Amino acid sequence: MTDYRTEELLIDVIARLLEGVENIAVGVLSPIPGSAAILAQSRAGGPSAVRVSVIGAKLPGYRTDGGIDLFDQAAQGRLGAFFLSGGQIDGAGNINLLGVGDYPGQQARWSGSFGSAFLYYLVPRVILFREEHTPRTLVEKVDFISAAGSNEPNVYRPGGPHALVTNRCLFMFDKARGRFCLESVHPGESVESVRDNTGFDFDCPTHVPETPVPSAETLKAIRQDIAPKIADPYPKFAAEVLGYTAPGRAAE
Amino acid sequence: MAEILPDVDALAARIPDGAKLAIFKDNGVAMEATRALIRRGARDLHLVTMPTSAFQAELLIAAGCVGTIETSGVTMWELGQAPAFVRAVKTGAVRILDATCPAIYAQIQAGEKGIPFIPIRGLIGSDILTVRPEFKVIDNPFGLDGASDPIVVLPAIRPDVALFHAPKADRAGNVFVGGQLELKTLAHAAYKSYVTVEEIVEDDLMTDEVTAGATIPSMYVSGVAHAPKGAWPLPMPGYYPGDTDYLMRYCQAARSEEGLAQWLASEGLAPRAAAE
Repeated sequence: MTDYRTEELLIDVIARLLEGVENIAVGVLSPIPGSAAILAQSRAGGPSAVRVSVIGAKLPGYRTDGGIDLFDQAAQGRLGAFFLSGGQIDGAGNINLLGVGDYPGQQARWSGSFGSAFLYYLVPRVILFREEHTPRTLVEKVDFISAAGSNEPNVYRPGGPHALVTNRCLFMFDKARGRFCLESVHPGESVESVRDNTGFDFDCPTHVPETPVPSAETLKAIRQDIAPKIADPYPKFAAEVLGYTAPGRAAE
Repeated sequence: MAEILPDVDALAARIPDGAKLAIFKDNGVAMEATRALIRRGARDLHLVTMPTSAFQAELLIAAGCVGTIETSGVTMWELGQAPAFVRAVKTGAVRILDATCPAIYAQIQAGEKGIPFIPIRGLIGSDILTVRPEFKVIDNPFGLDGASDPIVVLPAIRPDVALFHAPKADRAGNVFVGGQLELKTLAHAAYKSYVTVEEIVEDDLMTDEVTAGATIPSMYVSGVAHAPKGAWPLPMPGYYPGDTDYLMRYCQAARSEEGLAQWLASEGLAPRAAAE
């Protein structure tokens, strides 16, 4: 069996979730989703098949009005996939990027809701990504809803949660039920270990498969082709996780 | 028409206490002018971040210049939380108006159009609507066959002042913004725009087709000051990279109030109250 890092498994998992998407945007602080988007693009045949915009990268951004374009593209349905995270994520798919405790003088205050209260509603395949999978991050009910997991049927909502990827498992979001369903557990995890570390209730089929490990071919692609591209916005991630240092950066 | 000001201190003197001051998120941050605002002891600013901010909002809050902040997020990105921002929100020292990025863009676009409000998708079910009661849900008046279609409407934003940094201005005060075309939207919305630039050029930026499309006509610009390295320690593409080591030292110092006070004093940025 080939040696791989958990990050590489997550890149592979997310890349599969992006199959068939033509336009993928990746927000800030997202080296793993960014790598996955570039991997999905490479599998689909390159930039002529799939457009990937990684905010902060020198890759083409497909935007000339900066943030304004990004949100207009989402509102018009031009974006197929985006990534969000949360300090807290609950079982109804609500995400909290703002803080813990009573608003506004919270016990813990984070940065803010950024574009979540819009993109979550409008981009069809929003993939939630949070490596830390504990009852602290995956909670029964978030303290502040930055963006809601679902709406009443009369609310215009082409977008919404598609999946939740953590360092323990992959959940798919069931829009009709407004709940997560366990899709696969990563090697070394089990339904029990996932349940013990999840603060919310979720659906679970009788047999939950193990997440497939990345193939030798995928690992080669990640390390040789994807790493140099993700090293532009994320040099530290490329070096420490994927073992790639751009020429001329060795002294840094 | 735009005035070419002698320096950033003259520019900071034009921004009054209590102003609704709009600032920009990434490549186009007027840090030298921000330091001048702190040196002049600006107070009770109502910051509007378009649509987020990092070190600029953090530093203005750290120096006690801010009364209210209207923002979608303040963060030091890879370096972690913005410590003075977090403390000020938790203690209530700064009033926060939490938003979401496209809402702020849309509100500023409404401001440039001179219309009182603008509808926006999303947001329904978010607690942002709970904490921002001025954001209202209406029924789409153009809904198909009378079908219910709830949609959020937002009030326009017209900042008293927009403050940003750009690559170039000419002698008439036309400002070339390069790739940061949102700055045109911002300048259109604001009553006044004060701009610092890396270079002042002798050519007319409006007559050259290559630069004209990315140029804010002087009609929208109240004052320009020449400030080479005016975005430092933040990056200015085509001119210089950001100074990550400096920002890391700030973040370490600002973990405690004492450390922050010492850092501000060592940079000549101590709040006026402390200096008196």
